[in-house]
Amino acid sequence: MARKIRVLVAKPGLDGHDRGARVIARGLRDAGMEVVYTGLHQTPEQVVEAAIQEDVDVVGLSILSGAHMTLFPKICELLRENDSEDIKVIGGGTMPEEDVKELVEKGWAAQIFTPGATLEQIAKWIYDNV
Amino acid sequence: MIDIDKLLAGDRRMAARAISMIEDEDEDRQKLLSELFPHTGNVLTIGITGSPGAGKSSLTDALTRQARQQDLKVGIIAVDPTSPISGGALLGDRIRMQEHALDRGVFIRSMGTRGCLGGLARATKDAVKVLDAFGCNIIFIETVGVGQSELDIMHYADTTLVVLTPGAGDHVQTIKAGIMEIANIFVINKADLGNTGKMITDIEQMLDMSSHHNGWRPPIIKTVTTEEKGLPELWNMILTHKEYNETSGAQKENERKRVQQEVQELLEEKIQNQLKLKLSSNGNMWKLVESIVERNMDPYAAANKLLKEFLSI
Repeated sequence: MARKIRVLVAKPGLDGHDRGARVIARGLRDAGMEVVYTGLHQTPEQVVEAAIQEDVDVVGLSILSGAHMTLFPKICELLRENDSEDIKVIGGGTMPEEDVKELVEKGWAAQIFTPGATLEQIAKWIYDNV
Repeated sequence: MIDIDKLLAGDRRMAARAISMIEDEDEDRQKLLSELFPHTGNVLTIGITGSPGAGKSSLTDALTRQARQQDLKVGIIAVDPTSPISGGALLGDRIRMQEHALDRGVFIRSMGTRGCLGGLARATKDAVKVLDAFGCNIIFIETVGVGQSELDIMHYADTTLVVLTPGAGDHVQTIKAGIMEIANIFVINKADLGNTGKMITDIEQMLDMSSHHNGWRPPIIKTVTTEEKGLPELWNMILTHKEYNETSGAQKENERKRVQQEVQELLEEKIQNQLKLKLSSNGNMWKLVESIVERNMDPYAAANKLLKEFLSI
């Protein structure tokens, strides 16, 4: 049997708006992936622990609170501490362009999808990069 | 690759990867399981089954809390359905278990059914072995939300909890075959929501008519997980059933049945693979199909002919 792609969709931080995350989770499910969804208000530690136990290929972070410049580096650091830096971190949400650029340049996110990105683009990116 | 020593020493990443190997049916998985097998056999498995929304995940979460108070290392395997259309799955059981997300004494793994119809995944029983070798003392196996006849859990759990909610059907439901027959313990969850008295009467009447209890009549426990009600009682009943299993010999008996079934399944799988290989490599099958379509032969005779050929290799 072919390897099934597993993705953790997580909402770290304090914003309580998970419609986007649920739409993404559903979309990746329909693209044939196994999607673990953990709900609202996750700490970076919880996100990383879930990613390890679930042996996911990709962690997708949905952040609308403005805390992305703190949360992405923190999660990358924790993955490294746990010998799990092979897990790719991608993200989505409302973030200024210069922040998106910085996150990707510094390697804190493999890819960021801002409003307007389609489910097809996201699924294709995952299939191409896992 | 899996570092067995690390896995046995409790390395979470290794355990997680081993389970993925099994799920993906990696060709090295049998070797891995052979190496792990000597380190298994020390775990108590609790099956939690019931209809969608009955509260299985919340109950698993609450029972995990009870087990952690006894300092037991807990494994959780939570199964959700795989889409028959896309092959994808949304695994959402962790949402109710976030309290334990950072507890190093709890390992939670979500699993899609990947085409298996019995309420579990094909990989579930081998994932139990991985978590057993990994050092878990107790494993909760949460099935998909079941209807009436997804009953695989009865073969893999030492104790099966059937989770019901008040108002779920009239007394005819309780006398139907299937899910109501496999409980070792009935749990009426969300007991604050309705008339549990009638439900208990219906279940008791069903049990009165059942003759095959073998010394264990399934008790009925009422719980309200959101208010932490009934959980120590349920935990104690699980321990009572464990003791019954051990003293009555049911434990050994169940294990024998389980192992026999497992070997048989493995054997059938191997024969089936050989058979497929053989059928696809010689052209006989297509000739036979032609003669059946032409009504020169019937399907039963064709199958007999192929079986004879297969057995004489």
